[in-house]
Amino acid sequence: MAKVKRISEFFVDRDESKCIRCQACVRMCSNDVHIYDEEGDLIRSDDLKCVGCHFCEEICPTGAITIRRNQSEIKENYHWKKEYVYDIIKQAETGGVILTGMGCDKLYKNYFDHILLNASQVTNPSIDPLREPMELKTFIGKKPDKVEYNIENGKISLKTEIPPQLELETPIIFTAMSFGSISLNALKSLAIAAKNFGTYWNTGEGGLPEELYPYADRCIVQVASGRFGVNIDYLERAAAIEIKIGQGAKPGIGGHLPGEKVSEEISRTRMIPESTDALSPAPHHDIYSIEDLKQLIFALKEATQYKKPVGVKIAAVHNVAPIASGIVRAGADYVAIDGIRGGTGAAPKVIRDNVGIPIEIAIAVVDTRLREEGIRNKASIIAAGGFRKSSDVIKAIALGADAVYIGTAALISLGCHLCQKCYTGKCNWGIATQDPYLTKRLNPEIGAKRAYNLLRAWSLEIKEMLGGMGINSIESLRGNREQLRGIDLSDMELKYLGIKHVGEAW
Amino acid sequence: MDDRYIKIPSGCGLSGIMSKNGGLFSGEKIIISICNMKERGNGLGSGFASYGIYPEFKNYWCFHIMYNEERAINITENYLKEKFKIIHSEPIPTKKLNTLSFIPLLYRYFLDFKEEFIENGISEEDFIIKVVMFINRNIENSFVFSSGKNMGIFKGVGEPDEIAEFYRIYDYKGYIWVSHNRFPTNTVGWWGGAHPFGILDWSVVHNGEISSYGINRRYLENFGYFCTLFTDTEVITYLFDLLHRKHGHNFEIIGNILASPFWFQIERVEDEDYRKFLKILRIIYGPCLINGPFSIIVANSEYMIGMTDRIKLRPLVYGEDEEFYYISSEEAAIRIVSKEIKKTINAEAGKPVIFKVKWQK
Repeated sequence: MAKVKRISEFFVDRDESKCIRCQACVRMCSNDVHIYDEEGDLIRSDDLKCVGCHFCEEICPTGAITIRRNQSEIKENYHWKKEYVYDIIKQAETGGVILTGMGCDKLYKNYFDHILLNASQVTNPSIDPLREPMELKTFIGKKPDKVEYNIENGKISLKTEIPPQLELETPIIFTAMSFGSISLNALKSLAIAAKNFGTYWNTGEGGLPEELYPYADRCIVQVASGRFGVNIDYLERAAAIEIKIGQGAKPGIGGHLPGEKVSEEISRTRMIPESTDALSPAPHHDIYSIEDLKQLIFALKEATQYKKPVGVKIAAVHNVAPIASGIVRAGADYVAIDGIRGGTGAAPKVIRDNVGIPIEIAIAVVDTRLREEGIRNKASIIAAGGFRKSSDVIKAIALGADAVYIGTAALISLGCHLCQKCYTGKCNWGIATQDPYLTKRLNPEIGAKRAYNLLRAWSLEIKEMLGGMGINSIESLRGNREQLRGIDLSDMELKYLGIKHVGEAW
Repeated sequence: MDDRYIKIPSGCGLSGIMSKNGGLFSGEKIIISICNMKERGNGLGSGFASYGIYPEFKNYWCFHIMYNEERAINITENYLKEKFKIIHSEPIPTKKLNTLSFIPLLYRYFLDFKEEFIENGISEEDFIIKVVMFINRNIENSFVFSSGKNMGIFKGVGEPDEIAEFYRIYDYKGYIWVSHNRFPTNTVGWWGGAHPFGILDWSVVHNGEISSYGINRRYLENFGYFCTLFTDTEVITYLFDLLHRKHGHNFEIIGNILASPFWFQIERVEDEDYRKFLKILRIIYGPCLINGPFSIIVANSEYMIGMTDRIKLRPLVYGEDEEFYYISSEEAAIRIVSKEIKKTINAEAGKPVIFKVKWQK
């Protein structure tokens, strides 16, 4: 059989009357899509290489370029999608696992789109956040059952010692993305934004680069199965420590940063030799059961003298509620749960698209389970995985999350156009790449401003929605599922979400 | 669906009068006061709570129970006999009124513990709560609406003057009286939905709608309180019981929990220890914050407390004369029963007004 010619996903539509042959696109495209033909003074396109990142479109000074989907159609049907046909063709050629980047993009029900929020009318005045205080301050960490103190001559002396807490000005945290999977400039943008806004960022499993030490006090550091960059200095600098067990995009499997991305700086940060592959095993090889996790939690607490919260991040899987309960009982100060839509720099497509459960259901069942066991105050819940807008965030909080992690949304604020090719290391936007020619395109100060703006915009929107409900503090919405109603959901779905159907009054 | 399973947001009128030295006075005063705020109700609910009305049975727990049908009486009484010694029981005395549409069967029981009541060392109060919750959740058509000592709640669907006349409120003498006039935004024929709401010797009358109900209710479940009556007032009652009786907080501190100061106010507190205390209080008791508009009067056998939400979206005034303390939704309801009162004060947002009985020696 003849080799099948692959068909490009996109094509470059160049308006010749606008093109001034400046060749910016030729120089800039990391995928070498644009080629200058000197003889004809023309710019040609190798459409097959185009990933659809729209970088050339954005930088073209005359607006000559439009990236379009390739209209060449195969005879697609409901069962055999174009994507599946071409995946088979690719696999027939290579015999390999198909990789992809970003979160699951398949058509599973998106529960956020089936949940509606409440607002006050007549019986309860709504509150205008522009005129009245509206509080989003959030604390992540273990809360004691009650406050104890002595009162002597009107002076209160506390007996209750509060365990360490993370103090957030908004219930949104930048999720774990490692130095390696994204560039230092991208990470620095998020770090600056988090510090300026009063929230936190997360190192992921790639260690803490020296350049980001000034932002370490607003940083959650990960201890993952590869233990990259973990040493006492790393733990001590951080605001909190997160044991990464799993990730929504690839529950149950490990990670692999190819040696070509392990530059001198990454090698130093991760504490591995330059140009060697950085392999994260699928499990932690010192955690084969819950009591092992408990030992690691307390080893980390001992090492840092119980001065900072230690959390555990897991992927949302079928048994997520009992697992989360076990994690809380093992002493974690928070549980981070990453749903099936959770993003990644690289994952096998078949895993990303088929393993795990939606975060909406996971939040609801975990929150309910912890309350049934009377241990909800023993740990906070951070939800992750595909938060696209402020309404997703507020719905997650009403379902029971203390705060959410955002990753993809944060990267979009830095320029990402969701081309899903993070694993190639050729990100034109300077985000998911280590190529200095590409990373310098992302100015961390501008990036920080944009990421900060995103936090600000979402926070303002959350305040508007809260005020509409007649609530002036986020803690009165947290776990308050009375403010939610489901639309177009089955009885079973409503049951697991713990919400009523639209039309049902209090 | 049974009316009792509908949570009804409502606007309302509240009035409370406390004798400063614990002297008993007739219910006439409170009837005049609450009836002066008829505008705040719509005839769909009213009620009274009074302390000191059963001096001859003051050491026994008194249950007021309403039955929607005869059958429930036997079942409930058998259950009570199993758990308690019934010292005395009788129908609650009422007066026939043609204007009231549906009237449940109303009984009161004076109960003492059997020797062997203690289950795994739980306290008397926790045992009472358990029994009340069991009856209200599991025995159909039977509802305990008052369960304290030497106090009682009387309530029903009707205008305050009708309910007062029906229960012959003027025949009782108490040292604290609390009353309520209800304006539910939905019709309901269930007498249990009227206020005051009570458990143990707590009684709560409430004007408002609790937007944080969903989380307050779920927080209480963490501590073994199960809200089954679907009235948001229930959570206030349980929060007071949890925070005062179980966690031992005084009412000023409870005020700082239920209507916590804003973060910017906490940051302005100069005393560092107190600032830290307020911060920790808020971190730990965040889910107890009652959000949304409310004014409440809460009473137990010693205290009468008035309070509003932290941005004061519902009215509350208070005042005192020689003999009495007054808390009410409106100044008019105080002035009509106290000609000599000099001034009434508008309660500060979120700050509890606390009155305590000073017993006559």
